[in-house]
Amino acid sequence: MPYPRGLSPSVAMTQPMKLSIGPLLYLWEREAVFEFYERLCQAPVEIVYLGEVVCAKRRSLALSDWLEIGDRLAAAGKEVVLSTLALSEAESELSAMRRIADNGRFAVEANDMGAVNILSGNVPFVVGPHVNVYNADTLKLLADAGARRFVLPVELGAEVLTALQQQRPAGMETEVFGFGRLPLAFSARCFTARAHNVAKDSCDFVCADYPAGLLLHTRERKPFLVLNGVQVQSARTHNLVGQTSALRALNVDVIRLSPQPEGMDEIIATFRNVLDGCLQSQQAARELLRYAVDGACDGYWHQQPGMDWSVGA
Amino acid sequence: MINTQRHVELVCPAGSLPSLKAAVDNGANAVYMGFRDGTNARNFPGLNFNGGEATAAIAYARDRGVRVLLAINTYPSPGQWEKWCAAVDQAARLYVDAVILADAGLMNYAARTHPQLKLHLSVQGSATNYEAISFYTRHFDIKRVVLPRVLSLSQVRNIIRRVNTEVEVFGFGSLCVMVEGRCVLSSYVTGDSPNTCGVCSPAKAVRWEESAAGRKSRLNGVLIDVYAPQEPAGYPTLCKGRFNVDGNVYYALEEPTSLNVLDILPELLNAGVAAIKVEGRQRSPAYVAHVTRVMRSALDACERDPEHFVPKPEWLAQLDKVAEGRCHTLGAYHRPWQ
Repeated sequence: MPYPRGLSPSVAMTQPMKLSIGPLLYLWEREAVFEFYERLCQAPVEIVYLGEVVCAKRRSLALSDWLEIGDRLAAAGKEVVLSTLALSEAESELSAMRRIADNGRFAVEANDMGAVNILSGNVPFVVGPHVNVYNADTLKLLADAGARRFVLPVELGAEVLTALQQQRPAGMETEVFGFGRLPLAFSARCFTARAHNVAKDSCDFVCADYPAGLLLHTRERKPFLVLNGVQVQSARTHNLVGQTSALRALNVDVIRLSPQPEGMDEIIATFRNVLDGCLQSQQAARELLRYAVDGACDGYWHQQPGMDWSVGA
Repeated sequence: MINTQRHVELVCPAGSLPSLKAAVDNGANAVYMGFRDGTNARNFPGLNFNGGEATAAIAYARDRGVRVLLAINTYPSPGQWEKWCAAVDQAARLYVDAVILADAGLMNYAARTHPQLKLHLSVQGSATNYEAISFYTRHFDIKRVVLPRVLSLSQVRNIIRRVNTEVEVFGFGSLCVMVEGRCVLSSYVTGDSPNTCGVCSPAKAVRWEESAAGRKSRLNGVLIDVYAPQEPAGYPTLCKGRFNVDGNVYYALEEPTSLNVLDILPELLNAGVAAIKVEGRQRSPAYVAHVTRVMRSALDACERDPEHFVPKPEWLAQLDKVAEGRCHTLGAYHRPWQ
């Protein structure tokens, strides 16, 4: 089995934790996307996930554009992974998935079992956060199919991860969603189009007006969720920077930071400083509150409601 | 795989023995049930079956020629693994006609340990395309897949043409707006989700409050909706509340409404679905009897003469009477809903 760049089968237990940038979940202007990744070439992160995960209609960047961005990042020393759609239904979406799987250059993150099926036995792949890995037997099954890294589903916390790590198949890397609004659900319905009283088929890409998603409040005006096309996210920003020593103790290999329009350089620098031992993690957690404009949360890590937050202000 | 059997199976919910009898007595071809614990996705207080009750229930259905499917469709954590395996073992000992599983690891266990046990992929397995379904047919030889309620009619048709297994679709009942098996809205608010605990928006997290503004429903403190004095109040399922987006207060995700496929029944039959499922193991025996009876009449009429099938107004009225929000939708089957 050939190994694409970066995704190597053997990982020493003593390797330092890496930082990854998860796939861009929002629809940004094409230029803004190129600029974002150009800046990432210089950023202190090891892994960058690329591609459209949320909506198949968003095509302002073609696969060739993503590959071009990937080449630049790879030239800058980053491991590049191409992510597939979380919710694939149409034949055209499966064709797009096959083109990603056959890209020949970069590893692929599978975000549903359809992608797992296409990638099985062909190339090593990453199991994304939208594939349900809740126990060691499922993880073993995916390892046998060729998975070399998995992202813990966001609703699972330290307790399950501890058990999973104890039974983790040889060569499997573990990645944890460490910062960003949580991807909570997907639907066939576009909620951003619905907010504008238009059908998905005539959406006119209204989601491009919301580079950080469209905020949904409760009727008491409290921020609750974020509508991002067919995806629903948390309004609060999930932040595990305060848990870095626990993540390290559990031999987590990668911490994922999810792209947002504001403060990405500072968020990356803060995580990097904590991993390098230059910044105390509780202090980092408080410093990052300014980039969690609608509040922070880390409840899932503590086996609590995901919206809860354990760190004092 | 196109359904070549003569009849489409009507699969009805059995949350209790009285509900199971109601389904069997009113024309179900199969019933689905779960054990009284977190191994199934309707883990509600007072529902489901222990071992002895399951034996009696299965005998009642069998004696009347009705098949029994058993749902073990939540995702076991490592600490609960043995308990879920034990549930599969017990299902095998009960000789159920099939188990409905979601977790790939558990399916692997079932396939290896009980090769004679027929496997269905639960809607919670979240397989929305034929490549995903193919993973389960290749590895576990599943006999049927239950499709998530996010597919349009033409997508359902395409899947049936491409897969080597029977396809079951939802026909009536509460509508999940999100792709099943990959929605964690409930655990974000309450800590419990369908995947981990077999519940969505659990009753233990619900609080009702009377206020000057009206009756408020909360889920773990989060305001899901406010009802005016004369307005009927619904259960605060969190995706069916009214929220404020850009100053507009509306059902931002979905209205309280039920899925009802009677309007497209001939198309579904023509597409080759093997089974039509009624949601609602948490509903009363009277509800199950009522819905089963109407769906039986509709299916029989449609199978007799699909060309001229039109849903009778009284069927629709009878179903709307017991539907969430007292109205119905075709959901994602109908493209404009999306």
